[in-house]
Amino acid sequence: MFEFESIVFYFFAFLTLSAALGVILVSNPIYAALFLVLAFVASAGIWLLLYAEFLAMVLVLVYVGAVMVLFLFVLMMLDINIDTLREGFWRYLPFAVIIAVLFAAEIILVLTNPKFTSVVGDASAALTDDNTRALGSVLYTEYLYPFELASVLLLVAIVAAVALTLRRRINTRYINPATQVQTKPTDRVRLVSVTKESPLQFSSPSNDKKGKTSCPD
Amino acid sequence: MEFASVSLGHYLVVAALLFVIGVAGIFFNRKNILIVLMSIELMLLAVNLNFIAFSHYLGDIHGQVFVFFILTVAAAESAIGLAIIIGAFRAKKSINVDDWRAFHG
Repeated sequence: MFEFESIVFYFFAFLTLSAALGVILVSNPIYAALFLVLAFVASAGIWLLLYAEFLAMVLVLVYVGAVMVLFLFVLMMLDINIDTLREGFWRYLPFAVIIAVLFAAEIILVLTNPKFTSVVGDASAALTDDNTRALGSVLYTEYLYPFELASVLLLVAIVAAVALTLRRRINTRYINPATQVQTKPTDRVRLVSVTKESPLQFSSPSNDKKGKTSCPD
Repeated sequence: MEFASVSLGHYLVVAALLFVIGVAGIFFNRKNILIVLMSIELMLLAVNLNFIAFSHYLGDIHGQVFVFFILTVAAAESAIGLAIIIGAFRAKKSINVDDWRAFHG
């Protein structure tokens, strides 16, 4: 009868596929994003069955925690008219279903062929201990250069995202940082030496031309 | 391929169905660019599942390293894609792809 592993597999596979169908079929984009979150979490369960613990956790933390939150932010920020976006849905439905069924039938015919699966043996016992350590020991030695390139790619993505969404407002007051840095102390503060005797003497030459001012004390 | 015990073929069939659902989603929601972006995410998820299944059944960690890089690139892709969508929405007040015809070169 069914083992525990296959029950868990069928549960998560059903959850992933039905959530994926929900993503493409619901009319409200916010529900679609939440279904996509469900699909990611359920497939993280499938990855756990395959002993890829680190990647399953990364999928939940980075994808559900960061990318999908970004999606939801954008969805709620934009004022979306749902009705006009659904216009062509029924017109494209038969075409899309035919393509999807053909595509799925082709792939599954190849995959279920015994010649295909017999080529790949079952070496699943090799990677069952400490997935994170195994991944790290390869990632920081053999894949060090691609790893650094990936970090540069993320930096480029940050700069691109900021540059694309930056909006200069016209009526805002701001300080130009260049002129702020170039200023000298003499532009800001004028030191004046004041004698105790009256009449008051200004040491600055610019004020001397206007005549001495005296104040009675 | 029998149903009682899970083998490599089961995982590959799930990944294939997930990929096909992603492809169909692009056809269904051709006007809504946000759903198209989500469908691309579904297809990437299917590819990642394939990589991890093969990595497990071949006993080779390199497939999982590849998934690591795919996740990085996909995160960058969706961030830039959403930034472009925000910019286009500001210009046209709509995310309908048909309203974006003026963006042709």
